[in-house]
Amino acid sequence: METYSAKRVAIIIEQVMQTRLLDALDSAGVKGYSVLPVLGGSGRSGQWLRDGQITRGTGMVQVICVVRPEQLQALQDAAFAHIEHHMGIVTISDVEVLRSARESSN
Amino acid sequence: MESIFSLAATNLISPVILSFVLGVVAAAARSDLTVPEAVAKGMSIYLLFAIGFKGGVAVANNGVDAQLVLTLLAGILLSALLPFIAFAILRMVSSLSRVDAAAVAAHYGSISIVTFVAATSVIDAAGLAAEGFMVAVAATMEAPAILSALWLVSVGPKRSPGEARMDPALAREILLNGSIVLLLGSFLIGAITGADGLEKIESFIVSPFQGVLCLFLLDMGLVAGRGLRESRGNLSGPVFFFGALMPLIGASAGAAAGLLLGLSTGGMTLLMVLAASSSYIAVPAAMRVALPEAKPSIYLTLSLGVTFPFNLTLGIPLYLAVAMALSGGA
Repeated sequence: METYSAKRVAIIIEQVMQTRLLDALDSAGVKGYSVLPVLGGSGRSGQWLRDGQITRGTGMVQVICVVRPEQLQALQDAAFAHIEHHMGIVTISDVEVLRSARESSN
Repeated sequence: MESIFSLAATNLISPVILSFVLGVVAAAARSDLTVPEAVAKGMSIYLLFAIGFKGGVAVANNGVDAQLVLTLLAGILLSALLPFIAFAILRMVSSLSRVDAAAVAAHYGSISIVTFVAATSVIDAAGLAAEGFMVAVAATMEAPAILSALWLVSVGPKRSPGEARMDPALAREILLNGSIVLLLGSFLIGAITGADGLEKIESFIVSPFQGVLCLFLLDMGLVAGRGLRESRGNLSGPVFFFGALMPLIGASAGAAAGLLLGLSTGGMTLLMVLAASSSYIAVPAAMRVALPEAKPSIYLTLSLGVTFPFNLTLGIPLYLAVAMALSGGA
């Protein structure tokens, strides 16, 4: 079965920045992504759990998108402007997509 | 003095407060008791709707007058000015940076709607009534403090470029945050439909209210308990002390405003509670966007772990007793 090379970008970011990040992705031409709730975690500020969060000021979400390699730079530029000063992490990995390139996140 | 102790004792052994204490104890004992996020959110929506609706019905029964407008203005002023007092105290007694002090100050100008809801239940239990429009006053006090805090930061040393402060998107998020929309929306529905509307949904928003409040405060107790546990490493002595001092300063300002406005005993108590309480829902979200370098471990821990339990257990009965003494209420 034929596969296509793509870049998988996973952005864990503060929930308060979610709308801004998604708007930036849209502007950068990234039209497909998934947003997942983060159930909990640990970082420099200590451990936290989604249960018991009473303000969206402290939760995190993960935004995952799979893009063509040539789209990566625009995505990085758009995302970085919104996550530079905030908690979170961005990882980029090479993936093989088992669907047509048309149906990946672009 | 005797009445203060009596009120405090009655408050402390109410199901609402004991539920909160259960949450605090469970968190302190590191129990795995948690309230799922969706359940907590559902309960907060119920409580906000119920309290807003009942406030609107009260306004429908009593009409709109100058006192309503003046109390709204007083609420906005209190919310805008209290951060300056909080900021000055924090800069004097602690080593918090300008940004951290401003972020904490924003929380103390804004309000805790849960403390407000708990106070209405204490007032009800005391057989008192409050002006229905206090719900609208609560809604107007959410945002001005955020603007004051951002101004306090803006007049300080310049920060690194590109950081967000106030932009249209943030302003929209603050003014249209879910709590404000729900509170004001249900208030308007109550004001429009009046006593007839209340009669239709009374079995839903009046009878279950206390029970839902108990469960919600159980969750808040868990959150506050975790905050208290974390406060050991995050809060210095002076900052911890500030968390109990600032509510008293805010309540004093609220009492002065209540006296000037001629509010009822219940209304004055609620204005004191609003001025004494600190936000942990709307303001933390705004601070994460506008002042990302401010430490949530300080402002959230202080607001949730110190001030909220203080107000809920000791503050509310104290403010009620003072309001009764000042207004001559029974």
